[in-house]
Amino acid sequence: MSESIVIIGAGQAGCQAVESLRKEGFTGPITMVGDEAYPPYQRPPLSKAYLLGTFERPRLFLKADNYYAENGCALIVNTTAKAIHRAERIVELQDGRKLPYDKLLLATGARVRKLNCPGAGLPGIHYLKTIADVDGLQAVFQPGKRIAVVGGGYIGLEVAAVGAKRGLDVTVFEAMDRLMARAVSPQLSAFYADEHKKAGVKLMLQTGVEAFGGDGKVEWVRAGGLTYDADIVLVGIGVIPCEELAVHAGLGCEDGIVVDQNARTGDPHIWAAGDCTRHVGREGHAIRLECVQNAIDQAKHAALAMVGRHKTYSEVPWFWSDQYDLKLQIAGLARPTDTLVLRGDPANRKFAVFHLRDGKVAAVEAVNAAPEYMIGKKLVAEGKPVDAAKLADTSIPMKTLG
Amino acid sequence: MVQKYRVIFIEDSGKEHAVEVAEGWSLMEGAVKHLVPGIDADCGGACACATCQVYVAPDWMAKLPPKSDMEETMLDFAPDVTSESRLSCQVRMTAALDGIILKLPKSQH
Repeated sequence: MSESIVIIGAGQAGCQAVESLRKEGFTGPITMVGDEAYPPYQRPPLSKAYLLGTFERPRLFLKADNYYAENGCALIVNTTAKAIHRAERIVELQDGRKLPYDKLLLATGARVRKLNCPGAGLPGIHYLKTIADVDGLQAVFQPGKRIAVVGGGYIGLEVAAVGAKRGLDVTVFEAMDRLMARAVSPQLSAFYADEHKKAGVKLMLQTGVEAFGGDGKVEWVRAGGLTYDADIVLVGIGVIPCEELAVHAGLGCEDGIVVDQNARTGDPHIWAAGDCTRHVGREGHAIRLECVQNAIDQAKHAALAMVGRHKTYSEVPWFWSDQYDLKLQIAGLARPTDTLVLRGDPANRKFAVFHLRDGKVAAVEAVNAAPEYMIGKKLVAEGKPVDAAKLADTSIPMKTLG
Repeated sequence: MVQKYRVIFIEDSGKEHAVEVAEGWSLMEGAVKHLVPGIDADCGGACACATCQVYVAPDWMAKLPPKSDMEETMLDFAPDVTSESRLSCQVRMTAALDGIILKLPKSQH
């Protein structure tokens, strides 16, 4: 009898694993379990074109409806796994069903970090992670409404941009002293702060939210000691890896399910991929990546390992964000100690910041600058020494620098 | 009911895949949702990865809208680019493209 594979989580990583397992020749049965009502879909458009209304729901789905059935993947939605019985190799679902497995992939993703200040449970306070979340937000996302965005990271700022475009009155509250502090350089933060201000978004930096209040629904936000009226609140303050299942099963977890370079956990029958994992990155540090790239690449490596073809995961992480007509593309992981090289003029809304470490490109942040991003990513991957002066000189075509 | 039109993808090996793509969707979305091999589209259509290259014969190319600057620059980084190359995530399905034939490169990387 052929081996069976169970995948917990029906997101980008789970879906990629199904595709890769079939591509790599795995012919046994696959069962994928998801806690939402939907088959796997793309999350990135949720806070962008889907919220704006220019990207219809059917386009979110990663595969055609009949894909799973045609590829021998039983898709179980609307439920979660309750426990992994490792000795028996059985996954027990919330609804009592028991799924035996030979190999198991945990692709449980992450869930939004929630606020717990006074009033945080009031109706009208939204989070953004799922189709259902955006559908709920969209219902009240109307021109003229005052929206308080808590958190100046990717999600908060993408929603702010869509809100400004749709004619909402947008205020962003960020506890740190700059936008996207965890993800981008101070130069980028400053550039994006200007762009948001130009679009009419009010930015309250170094302003942590203290409380919400209202009669039956949220009507005001207290932040930095002041009170602001709001019709809608959107909270985007990061995510927490969904690792409880792994913790309870006794698998190693350290703010993320710990996996090796082949996406395997400490159990030889269990792998994990995507936002839920922590792995030693290509720079030698244990990292947790929350991005499409990691979901795709780690799932590919897990699938390879599951069919006995081990390949070390060392892909360069990449990220993107769409705000207004600005496409931000990032490759590599920057550090505050990197030497920054600017190429192009931010005033032209087309530029890149290269992060040099030991004379090599460690990361690149590109705004409306595809060649800089593509070549930058290649330079990060290759780790060859570069000439900073040439990188900064826009008269030298980017292509000749790769 | 959304109108759907026919697209024929031809793999480098010569294998054909005829799929239906809804009006307004990108050609890449049509390929990926029907699991046409040879279109990776890692970024999901954000014009951020150049892994959805297709070759469009000149008579069909004339019916396509011109490339944006972004598509043009991203194409620079795709392998085996020719004058017939397009990024399929940047081309929307319309009635005028019903029956379009797209050839796929050997590899997207």
